[in-house]
Amino acid sequence: MSNAGKRVDREVLAQRFRQFIDPEYVISDDETLKPYECDGLSVYCEQPMLVVLPETVEQAQQVLRICHQEGVPVVARGAGTGLCAGAMPHPEGVVLSMAKFDRILEIDTLARAARVQPGVRNLAISEVAGKNGLYYGPDPSSQIACTIGGNVAENSGGVHCLKYGLTVHNLLSVDLLTVEGERLTLGSEGLDCYGMDLMALMTGSEGLLGIVTEVRVKLLPKPEVAQVVMAGFDSVQTAGDAVGAIIAEGIIPGGLEMMDGHAIVAAEAFAKAGYPTEAQALLLCEVDGTSEEVHEHIDAVESLFKRLGATSVRTSHNEEERARLWQGRKSAFPAVGRISPDYYCMDGTIPRGQLAHVLTEMDRKSQECGLRVANVFHAGDGNLHPLILFDANVPGELEKTEAFGAWILELCVEVGGCITGEHGVGVEKIRQMPAQFNDSEIEQFHRIKAAFDPAGTLNPGKGIPTLRQCQEYRSLDKDIEPNAGAAAQLHDHGQGGHHHG
Amino acid sequence: MADMANLLVEQVLAAREQKQPLRIVGGGSKNFMGRAVDMSLSELSLAEHSGIVSYHPVELVLTARAGTPLIELEAALAEHNQMLSFEPPRFGEGSTLGGTLATNMSGPGRPWWSSVRDQVLGIRLINGYGEHLRFGGQVMKNVAGYDVSRLQAGALGTLGAITEVSLKVLPKPGSTRTLVSDCELGEAVSIMNQRAAQPKPITAACWLDNRLYIRLSGAHSAVDATAAQWGGEELEDADAFWQQLRDQQLDFFSTEQPLWRFSVNPTARMPQLSGGWLVDWGGAQRWYSGAADFAEMEQIAKAAGGQVSLFRGGDRSGEVMHSPSPAVQVLQQRLKQAFDPDGLFNPGRLYSWM
Repeated sequence: MSNAGKRVDREVLAQRFRQFIDPEYVISDDETLKPYECDGLSVYCEQPMLVVLPETVEQAQQVLRICHQEGVPVVARGAGTGLCAGAMPHPEGVVLSMAKFDRILEIDTLARAARVQPGVRNLAISEVAGKNGLYYGPDPSSQIACTIGGNVAENSGGVHCLKYGLTVHNLLSVDLLTVEGERLTLGSEGLDCYGMDLMALMTGSEGLLGIVTEVRVKLLPKPEVAQVVMAGFDSVQTAGDAVGAIIAEGIIPGGLEMMDGHAIVAAEAFAKAGYPTEAQALLLCEVDGTSEEVHEHIDAVESLFKRLGATSVRTSHNEEERARLWQGRKSAFPAVGRISPDYYCMDGTIPRGQLAHVLTEMDRKSQECGLRVANVFHAGDGNLHPLILFDANVPGELEKTEAFGAWILELCVEVGGCITGEHGVGVEKIRQMPAQFNDSEIEQFHRIKAAFDPAGTLNPGKGIPTLRQCQEYRSLDKDIEPNAGAAAQLHDHGQGGHHHG
Repeated sequence: MADMANLLVEQVLAAREQKQPLRIVGGGSKNFMGRAVDMSLSELSLAEHSGIVSYHPVELVLTARAGTPLIELEAALAEHNQMLSFEPPRFGEGSTLGGTLATNMSGPGRPWWSSVRDQVLGIRLINGYGEHLRFGGQVMKNVAGYDVSRLQAGALGTLGAITEVSLKVLPKPGSTRTLVSDCELGEAVSIMNQRAAQPKPITAACWLDNRLYIRLSGAHSAVDATAAQWGGEELEDADAFWQQLRDQQLDFFSTEQPLWRFSVNPTARMPQLSGGWLVDWGGAQRWYSGAADFAEMEQIAKAAGGQVSLFRGGDRSGEVMHSPSPAVQVLQQRLKQAFDPDGLFNPGRLYSWM
């Protein structure tokens, strides 16, 4: 999937764009381009040729048509909070920022749907819909900043996925521009459409198949009550068993999060949430619904935790207590950032039953390579976020960290899981794709890509490795450390290695 | 109860070699769906490729071969007090898991308990190159690669033969009650939507013969409290009613007229065509049995924010699915090419041009 070869002059192209886009929104000078050189994963940086911020769909369409004509790569960008370098620019390409598309077009209260532009922030939808007792389900931890267009591109999750689903479960329709600048709508105002599900294919496609210009999302009624039970355990195994027992009881919690010993200590020191710092594992189980249902289920969860050997159990009895119990979990990443100069956040998913095994193996490997790991886990849906602690100023430590991270993802695949639950592949995990997919499957992905974008100019180099890369990765795996190229890039640009999730 | 995958791959390779298209069949219970196909085509039968591959109740994940009958799956799940939350319709004893995904068929609970498309976690599929591929996985969250699994929903087998499906399953609710009240269509649609906007344990809402049926499912206390608050007459033998609605066994469905399926904005006000109506999915799915003109109905569906298809009976030699926009049609054709370049699978079943 290579972009077309001919080089286009930056200023000539900028001038063409300035004929129909406010000249201020066509950025071509190095200094103003700088903030666009990476997304939330700042290890991977690249200065784009140009950044454009169109204000209308017609302008975006025109940008795409010109780029298509000239064979210029186009990388779509929302808020730039992504964690896989999916929005990292192409050096000879245009960054198509959708930031100006920030209007909520319609809240259809009776039909429980919102029609929004792609640059609308995730949380903004719930804030507006909240006036009518409704909210938008998926809540990635970046929800205060991340945009719905980016959520569609990444199929974003959050802490409530087990009960309320991912982005793909909460969309009704998506308006797109194809690489040729063709406008189309996938989905409808109804629940299911006829024919193959192109909207599902588009969701999570990381900007490789089209550019989202409008989204119609489902809204849910706000639960009457939500209560959270916190429980400490003296082993990860017991806590994992407790998660299974809740599910076996027939309860689907709104949120079910686990933290390991390192994460508990870091979070407590940071947030003073009242977590038991002597515990080896902590569970936060939130139950939401009608007041009767929550009452019934909270009782069941509490007694279940006690029966299964929880060393401490605490339940929130008002909104303030609930917020405080969540505060530690929500600040786990910055908390870990305080106990280590840098950290690297991974995003594998595993069958829940494999948790104890995976954590034990990770612990062994952690000692072997001398890097600490703190674990936060969306226990309900098996999505694991190991945070590898390191110091980028120590020569070779980032490389070691990346190799450790790669090892973790491959372990996830080995136990029946996958390399990314919600952060996406982007540039970051392209190297692990061959661990999850064989060459025929990768080739099928390329044929899908070609159906939408035959010249391969939409977000080139992301998501799906070429077959040649797959071969290289496999032979590299046999001898040396992975990702040396990315590490070199990091030092070239003198970036810190902080990752926020 | 056997793994027939190698045999199936061989059949596809042979078909490719001989340029002989195939008709994919599971239990054969949905032969009436889609466009009429040439029955002289060789059959690619998935019926024998059956059996549960793995089921972990605590993980809420089940994997089964495509030919596994729904009845078998539901029996296995019931042992652990779990269910296929999308309530797949059965149009015969033989209805299979593969056919359910290929047709994207979900029952009355669909707006609240989601669809088969929503619950799919991963699939195995034989493409037109005769390659047996695996997409998605057996975990709830997986964003590696394109979502080929959900793409199959509604494709009617035109992109390949689904051989295995992994699904998210859910616990059965502790309690279920159904409330019935008399009301005319317009009022029923508005009540359904008002009810659905409340944080209450509603799991189905249907209108038929001037009666509104609302199902509540969940924790006992929540179901009882909501039933008391909303009121209505309690329906005896409610499970049978919802099962007959799901499997189209109610009198409404035994008609000589063609049956049309509208998938629209749940609040839409639609013109009354002459014929019978049944409204399900809280207003989002409306069944019409009558002789109206397809082109006219397409306009009506479009104005109601959705689509219409011919579901059963009628003229199945023409198009039966709502016509896609030209740009979407081009994409579908290119995707068909990407999966099945020789046009081996179910030619003409979905559209005349595919």
